[in-house]
Amino acid sequence: MKHVLGAVCGASCLLLAVPAMAETTLTIATVNNGDMIRMQGLTAEFTKKNPDISVKWVTLEENVLRQRVTTDIATKGGQFDVLTIGTYEVPIWAKKGWLVPLANLGADYDVADLLPKIKDAVSVDGKLYAAPFYGESSMVMYRTDLFDKAGLKMPESPTWDFVVDAAKKLTDKSAGVYGICLRGKAGWGENMAFLSAMANSYGARWFDEKWQPQFNTPEWKATLTTYVDLMKQAGPPGASSNGFNENLALFNAGKCAMWIDATVAASFVTNPKDSKVADKVGFAMAPNTGLGKNANWLWAWSLAIPAGSKKSEAAEKFIGWATSKDYTKVVAAKEGWANVPPGTRTSLYQNPDYLKVAPFAKLTLASIDAADPNKPTVKPVPYVGVQYAAIPEFQGIGTQVGQQFSAALAGSMTVDAALTAAQSATEREMKRAGYIK
Amino acid sequence: MARMATTRRVVVSTIGAWLFGFLIFFPILWMVLASFKTELEAFAIPPSFLFFHWTTENYATVQERSDYFLHATNSIIIAGGSTLIALLIAIPAAWSMAFSPTKRTKDILLWMLSTKMMPPVGVLVPIYLIYKSFGLLDSRIGLVFILCLGNLPIVIWMLFTYFKEIPRDILEAARMDGATIGRELVHVLTPMAIPGLASTMLLNLILAWNEAFWTLNLSTSNAAPLTTFIASYSSPEGLFWAKLSAASTLAIAPILVLGWFSQKQLVRGLTFGAVK
Repeated sequence: MKHVLGAVCGASCLLLAVPAMAETTLTIATVNNGDMIRMQGLTAEFTKKNPDISVKWVTLEENVLRQRVTTDIATKGGQFDVLTIGTYEVPIWAKKGWLVPLANLGADYDVADLLPKIKDAVSVDGKLYAAPFYGESSMVMYRTDLFDKAGLKMPESPTWDFVVDAAKKLTDKSAGVYGICLRGKAGWGENMAFLSAMANSYGARWFDEKWQPQFNTPEWKATLTTYVDLMKQAGPPGASSNGFNENLALFNAGKCAMWIDATVAASFVTNPKDSKVADKVGFAMAPNTGLGKNANWLWAWSLAIPAGSKKSEAAEKFIGWATSKDYTKVVAAKEGWANVPPGTRTSLYQNPDYLKVAPFAKLTLASIDAADPNKPTVKPVPYVGVQYAAIPEFQGIGTQVGQQFSAALAGSMTVDAALTAAQSATEREMKRAGYIK
Repeated sequence: MARMATTRRVVVSTIGAWLFGFLIFFPILWMVLASFKTELEAFAIPPSFLFFHWTTENYATVQERSDYFLHATNSIIIAGGSTLIALLIAIPAAWSMAFSPTKRTKDILLWMLSTKMMPPVGVLVPIYLIYKSFGLLDSRIGLVFILCLGNLPIVIWMLFTYFKEIPRDILEAARMDGATIGRELVHVLTPMAIPGLASTMLLNLILAWNEAFWTLNLSTSNAAPLTTFIASYSSPEGLFWAKLSAASTLAIAPILVLGWFSQKQLVRGLTFGAVK
């Protein structure tokens, strides 16, 4: 009888132990980008290895997600255990103590393998506060067939003069082909991402060493004048409302001879399922003016743990898995090497299987290497960030300035008026925030 | 001759009405059509209207990636629950303000409406903190409560203006015939108020169904309604228009069907209304 009782007790304990093991449920907030959706689809691979952890996904549009997670993290709401955030948020949030430093990502994680520029962008004081899931810079994507027809040859690192000239030559409005497609939609992460990077290549900067806004300088005037004139002569109609997706649609439909945008676009424009011009695309570095800076940005969607999470141990386990070398192998085995998340690890760019299917790999890596968030501009600056200044006020300021520049593109205000308005708006906000008197 | 002119007028106005109706309905039709296209065809320039390769692949992907039924159930509970509670509070409030107004009734009505003049984001953080303290984050009851509060001023205003239109003479006539207050409410006022109640209910239901600020900000996964389901298909980096259209079609389908049926009921109710 004792044995029977013992067995029953043992069995009960085991039964109770099973649900207890599967108790940790991670809530992961992420954006709806292709690589994240793929990660969501591969969740079972993680839970198979970690049966005591289950995963719940909250996928939201980028701006909605930013507002959602900012509210939660600022109030220590504790609704999320893993957040998908960008390089803009990492330094700001880490300094506020909102993020848990990542020190236990696993024995075989190999932090040294992370691309140095990307690692810098998600570290504060040498500590990793987020693990990069995929990284991107920007580059020129161009139509090789149209260049050949016009007798033009794209250099590996073109100057703005060449790009402007080529764009004008390649524009054939009667055939619906435009020399260049660029972002025009207002927003700090929309047109200002492009224009800030372009301004860097013209020797401009957002602020001087004393946080004084710099829109009244000749460098910014040269940047905006070139951009507006170029888009008026060689850009598609209604460009002031075009963002990444609109330009991607135009390029894939064969309407743009050149497009300067995120390096992740390379896999979309070369995919015959999505693009009509998949086999006619070439790549080059973002343009420069010979001052030593190219017009390319740096961004990495990264996974971080909010300080309010009570499950940081399990969360770190998940992050360690999703940003590891092994994860890359899992994606490659299930969906092919072309679909692995790019731009985070050196080893990926040494992998012959990846290099074979990704003709843009070399330039993606060169572009990432060329962007330095700690020294983004020709002249010195007090901020970190290539296409943004990593201060909390930047989102608001960037969007206000973006609206002025979008209006200049739409023709509803002059370049000078847009720059004056940008200067006074930025000065006002920086005074209000106490950076300048 | 006169008959011919009348017939012609009828034909012209019918065609005009259909064209106008088609114009209003076109965005929904376009969305439904896009949901059956491939991603490449969804953004093709020039766009193809009907002659494209029809596919249900997007619906399969959406179904595979998200739990549509969980979101739809949440939407039904949140929109239905908030409407029901709003009506339970608003009917007596509007009734008393319409039939026994005091000196302050107008001020109260205006004060209630003033809460709608404030942008919701202004109170996001305090509400979020309160919800956190009471454990209401990501709960259906929390969303029912906030949507009910948000829509209450509109519901009260609509019912108030509707009740105001009911002539007091009819109530007095009922009283003269010896009706008690209970009978007066059930047999005289309620039948006359049904179209007003129904249209208020439907409008509130639609407002609650489409509410995308509080539902997105106060829910995570368990209580997330269809608004979060749609938001999860919008992407700044990648063209997923066909999938977004499929998700949107699925999200609006229940309320569209409900609107279609209630529309008939509403028109009937209004036509047979004793007062109008």
